Amino acid sequence: MTILELFSYGFMQRALLAGILIGVLCAVLGVFLVLRRLSLIGDGLAHITFGSVALALFAGLQGAAMLLVSLPVVLLASLGILKLAGKARLGGDAAIGIVSSVGVSLGVLLAVLGRGYGVDLFSYLFGSILAISQAELLVAGGLFVTVMALLWLYYNDLVALTFNEELATVSGVRVRFLNGLLAALTALTVVLAMKLVGVMLISALLILPASAALQVARGFRMTVILSVLFSLVAVVGGIMISFLFNLPSGATIILLAFVIFCSGYLFRQLQTVKNRS
Amino acid sequence: MQELITVKQLTCRHGVVEALSDISFSVSSGDYLGIVGPNGSGKSTLVRALLGLMPAYHGQISLFGQSRDRFSAWERLGYLPQNLGPLNPAFPATVFEVVQLGLLAGKTLPKRLCRHDRKQVLEMLERLDVGHLQQRMIGELSGGQQQRVMLARALVNNPELLIMDEPTAALDPEIRDRFYELVAQMNKDKGTTVLLVTHDTGTIGQYASRMLYLDKRVLFFGSFDEFCHSPEMSAFFGEHSQHLICHRH
Repeated sequence: MTILELFSYGFMQRALLAGILIGVLCAVLGVFLVLRRLSLIGDGLAHITFGSVALALFAGLQGAAMLLVSLPVVLLASLGILKLAGKARLGGDAAIGIVSSVGVSLGVLLAVLGRGYGVDLFSYLFGSILAISQAELLVAGGLFVTVMALLWLYYNDLVALTFNEELATVSGVRVRFLNGLLAALTALTVVLAMKLVGVMLISALLILPASAALQVARGFRMTVILSVLFSLVAVVGGIMISFLFNLPSGATIILLAFVIFCSGYLFRQLQTVKNRS
Repeated sequence: MQELITVKQLTCRHGVVEALSDISFSVSSGDYLGIVGPNGSGKSTLVRALLGLMPAYHGQISLFGQSRDRFSAWERLGYLPQNLGPLNPAFPATVFEVVQLGLLAGKTLPKRLCRHDRKQVLEMLERLDVGHLQQRMIGELSGGQQQRVMLARALVNNPELLIMDEPTAALDPEIRDRFYELVAQMNKDKGTTVLLVTHDTGTIGQYASRMLYLDKRVLFFGSFDEFCHSPEMSAFFGEHSQHLICHRH
């Protein structure tokens, strides 16, 4: 099969388009989350997504309609993590741990109660981007535009917040609002990314491209651009390789992202040695 | 003269411990106020309370005639924190990118920078002798260079009020003296009001026009001349210490 033939399939076109949208979102958000040491919020929200998917399946919903349950549940959970961390004398890691374990427990409980949809739930654990429907793609497109517009609007405020929260406050940046916004945008992205790489691997898609970019970039803007580039190579390459060699797409994407991260790390080490000599 | 900072009967607590008690003072336009006092005297707590970084307090704080809780004209104020401790050394920003963050306060969303802003950043970097570092990563610089970059960030907006918390702690003596001269020059030439927290009592007397001596409460607030001629202060500090602070030895 040639590459051109690969692109002629409708499902492949949808998968690549959705993959590109989700990959760009994860790459941009990932830079802020990794630098703010909030990488694991993606993992926690992914576990909540698992619970919300189980809830949607339990309610008899399928396909894009499941997002009607997942989106509000995960959005609320993201704000819940912030509240818990702020009010309950907990660190962010403990708040994420509490909320994510509740999500998984809810998912397992509903899976047992609802019997019969174990296979569906499994596809959400590990992703099934090649099975993305037209309606799901439309929702992904709408959310992509929303998240990117908000990121564009608040980009400089988010950079200031990421650099130093106190200095950002004294520059008039609305820190509490932005922390909430970042958590909410992450929630929307995580729900979308579930279809691409699955609940188990979402946080890797947030962390790996941004971490690879941090190895080689010189400047914040360049970090964001490289993170997007690396994410796209991993997502598009991963989808194509997984189709050609009949491999699971989510795992292939993440392993490719890991190879890119290792290359970035090696590049940095070589640069350091070169600069010393 | 306009009062840029007015503090009345301010009390701050860290949990159950009272960090500041019944603090009252004011800073007028053009003042250079040195806040001095021993370690743990509440100097940094006072600055944090002024800037809204410490929400729990009793008393009144006004900035530019507006209650601190409603204050929003952050573009009129520049802040240089005590140290860059919270700064992630791996933060991937260039010196130019860090300094341009100082311009955000005067912008409306989406807070994009224009050509004039970029020129302003370059001019400030040149003024502080760090123009050649503009494309270097902030984490790669020495402590002194980082501090000058952070000062450039605080000054790039041409603030009317500059608040600095122990800005010279990480600097070697030569750079420290240049730093003090630069701030004094801004105060004199541009009329920038300065509030400088330091425990460097021997040096601040050369530059500041007024002094607030703090030890959880106000021990002295007034001009250096008043301090140096005050028998109460001689009795409190001893003549030797008083002379060191006044820098008249």
